[in-house]
Amino acid sequence: MSKDETLGEALRRQGVTRRGFLKFCAATASMMALPPSMVPVIAAALESARRPSVIWLSFQECTGCTESLTRSHSPTVEGLIFDSISLDYHHTLQAASGSAAEAARETAMEENHGKYILVVDGSIPTDNPGYSTIAGISNRDMLEEAAKGAAAIVSVGTCAAFGGIPAAKPNPTGAVSVSDLVHDKPIINVPGCPPIPVVITGVLAHYLTFGTIPELDDLKRPKAYYGKSIHDRCYRRPFYDKGLFAETFDDEGARKGWCLYKLGCKGPTTYNACATVKWNEGTSFPIESGHPCLGCSEPGFWDGGSFYSAISTPTEDIPKAAVYAVGAGAAAGVALGAMNRAKKQKSVDAHEKVTIDDLDKEK
Amino acid sequence: MTETEFLLWVRGPALQIATIVFVLGIVARILQMVMLGRKANLAEARGSALAGGLRTMVTRSVPDKGTFQRSTFTIVSGYIFHIGLFVTIFLFAPHILLVDEVFGLSWPALPTPVVDATAVVTIITLLAVLIHRLKDPVMRFLSGFSDYLVWLVTFLPLLTGYIAFHRIGLSPTMLIALHILSVELLMVLFPFTKLMHTFSLFIARYYNGAIAGYKGVHS
Amino acid sequence: MSGPSLEKGLAAFREQIDAPVAAFFNSCMHCGMCADACLFYTETKDPTRTPIYKLEPLRKVWQQEYTFWGRSMKALGMSKPVTDEELGQWEELVYDSCTLCGRCSMVCPVGNDIAYMIRKMREGMAAAGHAPDGLIGATKRAVTIGSPMGVKLPALQAQIRHIEEDTGLEIPLDREGVDYMCLLSSMEIMNFPEYTAALAKIFHQAGVTWTISSEAFEATNSGIQIGVSEIAAELVQRIVDAAEKLKVKAVISPECGHAYMAIRWEGPNLVGKPFDFKVVHILEVLDELREQGRLKITGKEMQRLTYHDPCQIARRGGVLEQPRRLLDMIADDFVEMPEAGVMNWCCGAGGGVSSNERADDLRLKVFNRKKEQLDAVQAEGLVSACANCRIHLEEGLEEYHMDLPVLSLTETIAEHLAEDKS
Repeated sequence: MSKDETLGEALRRQGVTRRGFLKFCAATASMMALPPSMVPVIAAALESARRPSVIWLSFQECTGCTESLTRSHSPTVEGLIFDSISLDYHHTLQAASGSAAEAARETAMEENHGKYILVVDGSIPTDNPGYSTIAGISNRDMLEEAAKGAAAIVSVGTCAAFGGIPAAKPNPTGAVSVSDLVHDKPIINVPGCPPIPVVITGVLAHYLTFGTIPELDDLKRPKAYYGKSIHDRCYRRPFYDKGLFAETFDDEGARKGWCLYKLGCKGPTTYNACATVKWNEGTSFPIESGHPCLGCSEPGFWDGGSFYSAISTPTEDIPKAAVYAVGAGAAAGVALGAMNRAKKQKSVDAHEKVTIDDLDKEK
Repeated sequence: MTETEFLLWVRGPALQIATIVFVLGIVARILQMVMLGRKANLAEARGSALAGGLRTMVTRSVPDKGTFQRSTFTIVSGYIFHIGLFVTIFLFAPHILLVDEVFGLSWPALPTPVVDATAVVTIITLLAVLIHRLKDPVMRFLSGFSDYLVWLVTFLPLLTGYIAFHRIGLSPTMLIALHILSVELLMVLFPFTKLMHTFSLFIARYYNGAIAGYKGVHS
Repeated sequence: MSGPSLEKGLAAFREQIDAPVAAFFNSCMHCGMCADACLFYTETKDPTRTPIYKLEPLRKVWQQEYTFWGRSMKALGMSKPVTDEELGQWEELVYDSCTLCGRCSMVCPVGNDIAYMIRKMREGMAAAGHAPDGLIGATKRAVTIGSPMGVKLPALQAQIRHIEEDTGLEIPLDREGVDYMCLLSSMEIMNFPEYTAALAKIFHQAGVTWTISSEAFEATNSGIQIGVSEIAAELVQRIVDAAEKLKVKAVISPECGHAYMAIRWEGPNLVGKPFDFKVVHILEVLDELREQGRLKITGKEMQRLTYHDPCQIARRGGVLEQPRRLLDMIADDFVEMPEAGVMNWCCGAGGGVSSNERADDLRLKVFNRKKEQLDAVQAEGLVSACANCRIHLEEGLEEYHMDLPVLSLTETIAEHLAEDKS
């Protein structure tokens, strides 16, 4: 694979048909809410694009995001696009190891300074730098150094985007997200635990096509994928509106496919494309399998209380508090009532008879 | 404090505190009120005080014709926003689920689009009620800080609930947190303000009806 | 310490506040509907005359003394105590601008019995020296002379002689063991002797035994109107003593609204024990006689009649159906005014307003409400059962240039009695 090979050449060399390629372009355009007239533009841009240099840094992560992107059942255009970038550093995937691997990273950063795309998965510990190091370099130092020469940063997965599970209470490593540390580069968050593969390739395709990053929401997520909530796009939504809910995982409602809100579904507060793009090559998504959405692409999803209780339900024991309050209220009420009675009785006792001689005010 | 932490605080300790203030305050306030007592009536009764009291607790919800004509706006708007509050609070599916989750009580919900429309009508009516209070010479004259405060803390949960349902402006997490917080504000202020009328009006109506019923009058 | 004082007034407020008052103040949402129920507001459009506002000093005392929040504020020195000056400002609202008619109490959506509270508030107002001079004078006369209008026994005896001459019937004075002891209001003694004559005729025909006590003939009770329970109790006690002395079965309250309230509903509570005798309104007695077939009537009033419910007899007293059944016997063309019965509009002179000269102009102004109610039915005769209403109705009709006779129901019935053949 030569660095001068265009993306189109690389794809054809790997046996992707023109038809398959255009299909991908059309799907990408549609998902990014671009008009159909943009499909040839995307195709042309992608075909002639020089494979950009990509440096992938993995910090406090579980490799789930990488797995999500690479472990497809059959080769896909997404996978091939991913294969076709010049992935100059990815310590899970690359063949090189040890100092050779680090040398590759440094070379790539030098040669493509200001042009390479930095992909990050995993959160960054800020407490003790020793919690996570690569080749003796702390995650934070490596990120800050790599960010300097990056054209843009893609934070893949909820850990890189929002801190994720490492940042969950009590956050022992002081884990933070990329955007907590890097403030002077365009950052695209692609949260999810893991994120949907096509979202990553879609973002890359957008960058290759237009040379810019896609439109983002206030959490730096591409609006094209994160613009609507799971709830809004959910095929079970009509049951919610009708008030038909599954109460348990094996009741009649569950079998009839009713809304899972009562089982803790976070669909209403989760913004992602699962309900439309789906997983495993469009097979299904969690709700379709009968499990409530966990809200994995939202900040702090791990700390939002039980996965199996709704987002608005209390986390403390309210009935117990209410019972104690009734008791305390009764005691307080009786005490206050007794004080009132005493005060009133005092006025009654002190009452001086009012006679007709007591009516005129001295004038 | 992140949004999630804020939501957790709001639906955790804050809700617990609000519940305690709300329940304790209401129970204490009602007892304090009733314990002032009243003298037994020594006059020979013509009718039943109990029956009269119970009757007026219900019948006072329906005004007589002349009163309706004289206070049409107050009565109609009062009906709309009270029913609207009832519908949005008690017949909205997520609210019922909350009660179910906390107390194990459940009842059928109205379809969400119906509740949504009711919320809009109620919001508009409450705004009209506020304008009326500011413009009507009698209401403007009678009203003080507490009247406007009570209006505000009633309005806020409705408004934040509507915004949260439609997810306007802020993140859903923040919107839900603000909505719950606004309800907690209502709960905390409830026992110390005339919001207490929610409960005390039935006591007041009972006394009114009992005083009249004893004399054989339907009040 | 004798004489009125702010301290006495506030102590009386504290004494008067009970569970209903607390529930009422707790429930008021300032909706203003009571204003539209009150003729003192509808005819003046003065927001200070909104019924609930007339209670503001009492409400303040409740809040500052009997609520947790108020007590806390008071302890922190953050509340303004009720001042003597404030009570002075409220005198005109509590006495001149309220007849205790209780119409607001029927309208309040949360069920506040505002008239009940005004009655209580007057206890404090009077103790603080903020009762109107006119009412103070009437109360003094009631206690010292026996009648707010200063009517003494010789005047009554003179009237009795005239009536006996006119009717040829005996007016029994101080007769023991009879069925009924009749009370009279001073207005009836001085202005409407026809009422006593009517009693004589009706009772004669129906074979009812009755008497008037020379020691307690006055029915009205200024103590209640001014708001001094001790004085009210003293006046009630006179009646109780006389009724017990004469061993009557029942005491008849005359055609006077507040007299009925005083003796029927407040009386036992003022003296602190149930009565050994019954108390009935004259309309109740007449209706009972009618039911028993002891009222023989001939002929009917042919002009279009309507009936003004005196507040304390109807809305506050519970005598609503009796006058209608009686009128059905004697009226050919009876028509109800809009909002008659429990929702009737007050004439504007009850509750001590008529004894308070300062309120004279106001009560004639607010009579406009009654005028409009009357205009709606175009009656040719206005029947009522309260001498105080009657005087004010006549005055009001004259003021508004309305040519409408005001009739007493009892007197009108007496005029239609069938000739006694026995």
